[in-house]
Amino acid sequence: MNKKRLLLLGLFGLSAAMAASAQMLINGAGATFPQPIYTKWFDQYSKVDTSVRFNYQGIGSGGGQKQILSETVDFGASDGPMSDDNLAKAPRTLWHIPTVAGAVVVSYNLPGNPKLKLDGPTLAGIYAGKITKWNDPAIAGQNSGVALPDQDIVVVHRSDGSGTTYIFTDYLSNISSDWKAKVGKNTSVNWPAGLGGKGNAGVAGQIKQSPGAIGYVELAYAKQNDLPYADMKNASGVYITPSIESVVEALATATIPEDFRFSMVNALGEKAYPIAGATWLLVYQQQKDAAKGKKLVEFLKWAYVDGEKMAATLDYAPLPENVQDRVLKRIAQITY
Amino acid sequence: MAAPSVSTSPHSAIRSTLPAGVRWPDISFRWLALLAAVTILVLIALVGWELYQGSRLAIGHFGPRFLVNSTWNPVTDEYGAWPFIFGTLVSSLIALVIAVPLGVATALYLTELAPVRLRQPVVMIVEMLAAVPSVIFGLWGIFVLIPWLRDHLFVWLKETLGFLPLFRGTIYGVSMLAAGIIVAIMILPIITSVSREILRSVPNLQREAAYALGATHWEVMRIAVLSYARRGLFGAAVLGLGRALGETMAVTMVIGNRPDISASLFAPGYTLASVIANEFTEATTDLYLSSLFELGLVLVAVTIVVNVVAQLMLRSLAGSGTGKVR
Repeated sequence: MNKKRLLLLGLFGLSAAMAASAQMLINGAGATFPQPIYTKWFDQYSKVDTSVRFNYQGIGSGGGQKQILSETVDFGASDGPMSDDNLAKAPRTLWHIPTVAGAVVVSYNLPGNPKLKLDGPTLAGIYAGKITKWNDPAIAGQNSGVALPDQDIVVVHRSDGSGTTYIFTDYLSNISSDWKAKVGKNTSVNWPAGLGGKGNAGVAGQIKQSPGAIGYVELAYAKQNDLPYADMKNASGVYITPSIESVVEALATATIPEDFRFSMVNALGEKAYPIAGATWLLVYQQQKDAAKGKKLVEFLKWAYVDGEKMAATLDYAPLPENVQDRVLKRIAQITY
Repeated sequence: MAAPSVSTSPHSAIRSTLPAGVRWPDISFRWLALLAAVTILVLIALVGWELYQGSRLAIGHFGPRFLVNSTWNPVTDEYGAWPFIFGTLVSSLIALVIAVPLGVATALYLTELAPVRLRQPVVMIVEMLAAVPSVIFGLWGIFVLIPWLRDHLFVWLKETLGFLPLFRGTIYGVSMLAAGIIVAIMILPIITSVSREILRSVPNLQREAAYALGATHWEVMRIAVLSYARRGLFGAAVLGLGRALGETMAVTMVIGNRPDISASLFAPGYTLASVIANEFTEATTDLYLSSLFELGLVLVAVTIVVNVVAQLMLRSLAGSGTGKVR
């Protein structure tokens, strides 16, 4: 009796294992910034289509670009658009597909945690090491009514290469020609001033621990950890509080070229938050493996219809409808 | 004539009388051990070769200038290793200066002074320190050590020793000195453990002889124990240094990560291991990646050079006895 049951159980286990091995595995690797939402998508999608399983490794944008170029993964992911040089190395047409966007906020440590207002040139001045005191007229002029101390500004930036730094320096390069010429934009740059903290947590820790510190972190991180953050003056001259809505607004009013390698910093919209950026999946137009390609396209279509709705719960900004439509049209052109 | 063969191995005379079939465990073990030893060498060679392969592009592009250039700019693709080499050496040196006296003193206390009942618990606690993950030290550094250093120790150092260029400039908290202190704590267990083993191996005869000459407790430790174990203690320091050079996670969390060269220990710095860990994942251009590989190669080279220098210093150290490194 008992033996029979055991045998039955064994058979059941075996068939389950066989079913699992029959499941198709699609591999992806790259950016860490969107990893929480991708993980959620793959998890939810496993209930929609049980015949396919996605495996995503957040190894960083550099690794994601390398692996998709050498075709060791089925799709890549990157926080910054690929450079022309790198894109030229692709064996076939490689497409950028934006998925979600996020904001980078400017956080600080001041007595009483006042709500600050800042504009781009002031921020560039602080990060260039030219504005060194909190009561500098450039800051005080925008924050009448806030008691700013006669204190040194401790500038904090990310020490690890990151998409957050890319977005932040992209913004500073956009706003200040001086910054563009002397520093430029990248996942990590030669900072003219300040201390480096590792990861969002490192920067936030540094800010919390140093009186008079200023630094930049992801909006999601700042919200979850109750950090104060500044309203930023946008291209229309309005001070905007970073939020998912103001990032969606920035996405909707950014100029997005045909290849989707766009920058959305300092977008023109009146309600657009200026320091924001998208993250991309990297997918070959011509899929090598027909079966996998079909499943990947099915997943992408699902992601843009149903997946995007989950973005806000994880503090990412979903693509606005006009961009979503364009992306869906592009996905429909993937061949396999 | 037959004497040499006997003197090389006391067992050879017996072994040769055994039939060949009985010797196979002996022979196979010898080969197994050889294989293990060779594997290590092959691994090191492979690591070196891979690092060289990865960094060929940067080596060809920058040449020896890479070692002395102090610009690190991923935007313009210009890279130099000097600030990182400087940071690695200085932070390790600070760590040694703090950890060696502390470690040796702890070992001395544990072998010579502490009540026997207390010794084992203290040894266990010191060894537990070695099991704490690096990142925990880093977090503790950020949230506990740094604020205390910034508000108390550094201020005091600046006031009392501010006439030295080492203790001047703005105090941020995160700094070369903070990194040195964290690393010192992390290498303390290995230095203490090794020192303790070495001090324990000092023959009691030494101590008894010194006591017989009328030496005080302190003199016994100084003349009979420490002096006897000098070479071994030096070896312990070198082992600690090896760990300090490669320490990554905790260092990057407290050193400030700025590739600058400053005379002040309050200024932030950067180390070879930290910059590799920080920037490797997001390095997108080939030259960037290759330069990071070259930093790895430089780190291996620095480690080797430091060890060779240490060996040379060790050889010039007078004194024999146990605890010889070789």
